[in-house]
Amino acid sequence: MQRLKAGEVNLGTSIMAVQFDGGVVIGADSRTTTGSYIANRVTDKLTYVHDRVYCCRSGSAADTQAVADIVHSHLQMFAQQYGTPPPVHTAASVFEKLCYDNKDNLSAGIIVAGWDKGGPSVYNIPLGGGLFKQPWAIGGSGSTYVYGYCDATYREGWGRDQTVQFVKNTLALAMSRDGSSGGTIRIAVITEDGVERLFIPGNELPTFWEGPPVPMTVVEAKKVVPTAGEGAPIEVEA
Amino acid sequence: MADVYNKAGFDFSNHVRNSFLQSKGVPFPKATSTGTTIVGCLFKDGIVLGADTRATEGPIVADKNCEKIHYITDNIRCCGAGTAADTEFTTALISSNMELHALNSGRKPRVVTAMTMLKQYLFRHQGAIGAALVLGGVDSTGAHLFTVAPHGSTDKLPYVTMGSGSLAAMAVFESQWRKDLDRESAINLVSAAISAGIFNDLGSGSNVDVCVITAEGTTMLRNHVTPNERGAKEKRYKFRLGTTAWTKESVRKFVVDESVTQISVPAGGEAMDIS
Repeated sequence: MQRLKAGEVNLGTSIMAVQFDGGVVIGADSRTTTGSYIANRVTDKLTYVHDRVYCCRSGSAADTQAVADIVHSHLQMFAQQYGTPPPVHTAASVFEKLCYDNKDNLSAGIIVAGWDKGGPSVYNIPLGGGLFKQPWAIGGSGSTYVYGYCDATYREGWGRDQTVQFVKNTLALAMSRDGSSGGTIRIAVITEDGVERLFIPGNELPTFWEGPPVPMTVVEAKKVVPTAGEGAPIEVEA
Repeated sequence: MADVYNKAGFDFSNHVRNSFLQSKGVPFPKATSTGTTIVGCLFKDGIVLGADTRATEGPIVADKNCEKIHYITDNIRCCGAGTAADTEFTTALISSNMELHALNSGRKPRVVTAMTMLKQYLFRHQGAIGAALVLGGVDSTGAHLFTVAPHGSTDKLPYVTMGSGSLAAMAVFESQWRKDLDRESAINLVSAAISAGIFNDLGSGSNVDVCVITAEGTTMLRNHVTPNERGAKEKRYKFRLGTTAWTKESVRKFVVDESVTQISVPAGGEAMDIS
């Protein structure tokens, strides 16, 4: 199977979605890279496909945008024809069909999440085009660093706020270990009532143990006055 | 029998041969590419786009004053970086389709429409069309600014840069861009960003082109800044006649003189021969 095409815009990514009683929390970092250059540091990888169905995109930016646009179009048609919003499973199935049928030409790892009459649900569609229903899903290059954390931490029966905190912590951990993830955290909480968007700036990310505390010492600056004509400045007592 | 007709579109029939040759170490020919700095930024009343004017063919400067800000519609413009021919033809094609779309729908064209057409066209060709674009404009829904990468991915940001000089230009934006800039400061900021590309990136050079798009109209400021004007020579470097000795002199005239004699015709025209 082919890898990312040369020069392609990549979503080296950390994405996740977690189910809770009243809805789902989806989250993503905000970094888009072309090689070692950050092409966009405030990307929104949480993409609208219908009123209560969103997807988290990882892999090639071009491929996942194209796929999400096609699914968006299908779901609009669905809603018009059946007069009802599409179930999350239907949306996930359309994603799965596109990703499986075109697996040789796509690099797209997508998590579909949302709310329908049957309640909240999360579907993972990894690279080959499989379709897996899960209570929580993580994806992208950063996810490999936090599988253990998620396995050890996740519990059933969480409320909204606990789930949001879990997503925040997991993504912050993934972003700190994965070079191609980073920037800010974008979160969306999808419930029957609507979609609430949250934004955590890069300087307000949750932090964990980051080494022994650095002793704070006040260093008084010495005044440096350059002398006329001479190359090197001479030090003057403060 | 040989094919009588050429199929439409790109021909990939040499792909297998070429990848084989490449794997054997045969260097792949390089496409003519424009090392470029193109930028765009949002300001209080709309969008300012900017571009340098250097076109390159490998190490050669092919054009010292080319135009990289392309017309899409009256209220939408597009800067192109990458393969020069590809940016030229894709923008021309989308411009044409936007005009037809506007005529068909009877509505003013929107920036997202142009963006969607561009991304779907570039995605269809899987990166074979090397066009990296900065698309900006003002429509009924407001001012919009996008980048479109060759594989068809798009980004929507308040300030964007593309091309080989994008890093230098982005450094200027990241340190100086603010929300709700006025027209003059926005033009100056875009000029500074393009100048950073012109002076710090080998692939970019010559002059700064700027385009301002607002709800009131579009102003193209061609060669807004010309920091690389050729200086006047302080001396003449022609050799005086007689510097070199010669043995023979012959002057030949190359311009052929032609004289035309007008033959006068009697008034009322010549009589018909009825003999």
